[in-house]
Amino acid sequence: MAILARTTCTALQQKLADAPPLPPHRRLRGPETGLVMLQGRAAAVGNAFNLAELTVTRCAVALDNGLVGHAYHAGRDVARAELAAVLDAVLQDDAARPAWLSQVIEPLAEQQEATAARQRRKAAATKVQFMTMATTR
Amino acid sequence: MMRPGFADPVFQAQASFRAVLEAMSRPGRVQLLDLPLTPPAGLDPAMAAVLLTLADADTSLHLPAGAEDAAEWTRFHCGSPSAAVSEADFVLALDAVPVLSTLRQGTDEAPEQAATLICQVALLEEDRGWRLTGPGISGSHHLRVAGLPADFLQQWAAQRQAFPCGVDVILCAGHRIAALPRSVRIEEA
Amino acid sequence: MAYVAVKGGEAAIAHAHGWMAECRRGNPAVPGIGVEQIEEQLGLAVDRVMAEGACHDRSLAALAIKQAQGDLIEAAFLLRAYRTTLPRFGHAAPLDTRSMAVRRRISAVFKDLPGGQLLGPTMDYTHRLLDFALAAEALAEPAPEAEAAADEPLRRVADILAADGLMPAECDAGEAPPDLTREPMAFPASRAARLQNLARGDEGFLLGLGYSTQRGYGNNHPFVGEIRQGEVAVCFTPPELGFEIELGSIVVTECDMVNQFQGSRTQPPQFTNGYGLVLGRGERKAMSMALVDRALKAGELGEDRVAPAQDEEFVLMHSDNIEATGFVEHLKLPHYVDFQSELEVIRRMRATAAAPAEDRA
Repeated sequence: MAILARTTCTALQQKLADAPPLPPHRRLRGPETGLVMLQGRAAAVGNAFNLAELTVTRCAVALDNGLVGHAYHAGRDVARAELAAVLDAVLQDDAARPAWLSQVIEPLAEQQEATAARQRRKAAATKVQFMTMATTR
Repeated sequence: MMRPGFADPVFQAQASFRAVLEAMSRPGRVQLLDLPLTPPAGLDPAMAAVLLTLADADTSLHLPAGAEDAAEWTRFHCGSPSAAVSEADFVLALDAVPVLSTLRQGTDEAPEQAATLICQVALLEEDRGWRLTGPGISGSHHLRVAGLPADFLQQWAAQRQAFPCGVDVILCAGHRIAALPRSVRIEEA
Repeated sequence: MAYVAVKGGEAAIAHAHGWMAECRRGNPAVPGIGVEQIEEQLGLAVDRVMAEGACHDRSLAALAIKQAQGDLIEAAFLLRAYRTTLPRFGHAAPLDTRSMAVRRRISAVFKDLPGGQLLGPTMDYTHRLLDFALAAEALAEPAPEAEAAADEPLRRVADILAADGLMPAECDAGEAPPDLTREPMAFPASRAARLQNLARGDEGFLLGLGYSTQRGYGNNHPFVGEIRQGEVAVCFTPPELGFEIELGSIVVTECDMVNQFQGSRTQPPQFTNGYGLVLGRGERKAMSMALVDRALKAGELGEDRVAPAQDEEFVLMHSDNIEATGFVEHLKLPHYVDFQSELEVIRRMRATAAAPAEDRA
């Protein structure tokens, strides 16, 4: 669910284009957009305080075989939430799970890790290397 | 198997809210709340619509023990935090109706903090039964309710002593709703 | 103050709004600006609107900026108004900024702190010379990357100081914090209420107050213990699932200020802290917030409340730019009846004042 929450709709649709079609589903709730209150902690570790709200889109679907899938994502992309909810449902099917993992979830996870690693390297490139100025006299 | 909520959350919730508003402003008048909704076993369509309309993550809800399908459906679609009878904003009654005085009564300073009892009853019928008078009723009005405890009118008279504190009641039966705001006087006909 | 309904002006208002729309678009020969362009290329404006609108949604904030023609207070107002139309699904778990994917992390107190000083994407050290090359719109080169990123954990300066007993350790009492979007501010305000208020407060107002504390109005001698900027995961437990899931991640900036020590007969001297946390890359805001947070602790720390920044009612009641703009700008709405009564009073007073002179004549 975390990987689907971090993806874009386009990236998800690209991966799904190469995979077999998703099974038909019935909407149980949504897709609908609402808010989740974000909290911080005083000095990062103390008491919680309310920071600001975050738009969140959620969706719950049921497959014909009775499996129920859920998605909760930051942002307002209803199409992505519905696709992710269906994927969440098919991923609970033990027989189908490995195929969906290898065709959709793992490639998305790799992309996300590559992006994160690139960002870490960019941050590392801005690390200050202090030099001690040797002065004569 | 989980059943869906409103197919069109905005307009159906609006229609349902309007019905609750009408019911509250005209105590004892029966409103038809006929929305295409397939609630789980144990929950009448009107009751389900009222819950979807009023309860959300910002309102606490007390669900009766048992009726697991209804409880699961309500938790899923309303997302309300659950609370004890004496703490909840909304108290749901299906078969057993809790004693009114056990619900949150509000205070003289904040009477709006009182709970609302949403009660599923067997029958709602106008023009016979109890005689209702008070704000929102021109003269008097009659309402017959089947499925409330035998001493409901005594409980009601007792809570009227503490006005403006007290519980508001929404009654649901099938596709019909009626409301008993705390301001209404009820007498046996 | 009295308000009297006045009718009329519908046509004038409609025409004024039409002209406003034309002004917003500007010269039609110039290509229109897209919401995505604002989101990508005016990111700091988007961050500010999200912080002051107290709602994280980059594309909505970008749309608000476009609609408000770049008036960021108006844009924050639009965002606040929009958020009232959405249901609330619940509360996320408090952000764990210790597990932030850090882009920038600097400390002004320890040069060689574990993990080092990461400058990140910053405007610091630039010469503030206008870059005319930007007017010609060249594509930016990709940012340089290091060979490898060190896996060294970035230990927090506040934790280092707390471990040595030099800073009081913050602890979580597990209380549910008050929520200003549901209940109005009450005084005395808890620190949780103050921090929420400051996090959504006006950057300019907090900057001015923070600056005032440095200039001696409630001096607390601050050092930047640490500034961190990066992505943190947002975790949420949907009631129907019963387990925690990740909703995605957002960029935040936090600032820990280390301030003058204080002690008592029973307690050895310790530093005190001020904390700032804001959505996006609002570093100036995070720093200002940390300064004002520290100043507002005056009461708890037994300091005399002598400066505006230490007066919680003054700070917290005036920090919200949407409330402030509403009350200031309402002055331009019709007050015809009010003013009529003022006129009558002043004329009567003048007549009374003039009367004895005539008598003398």
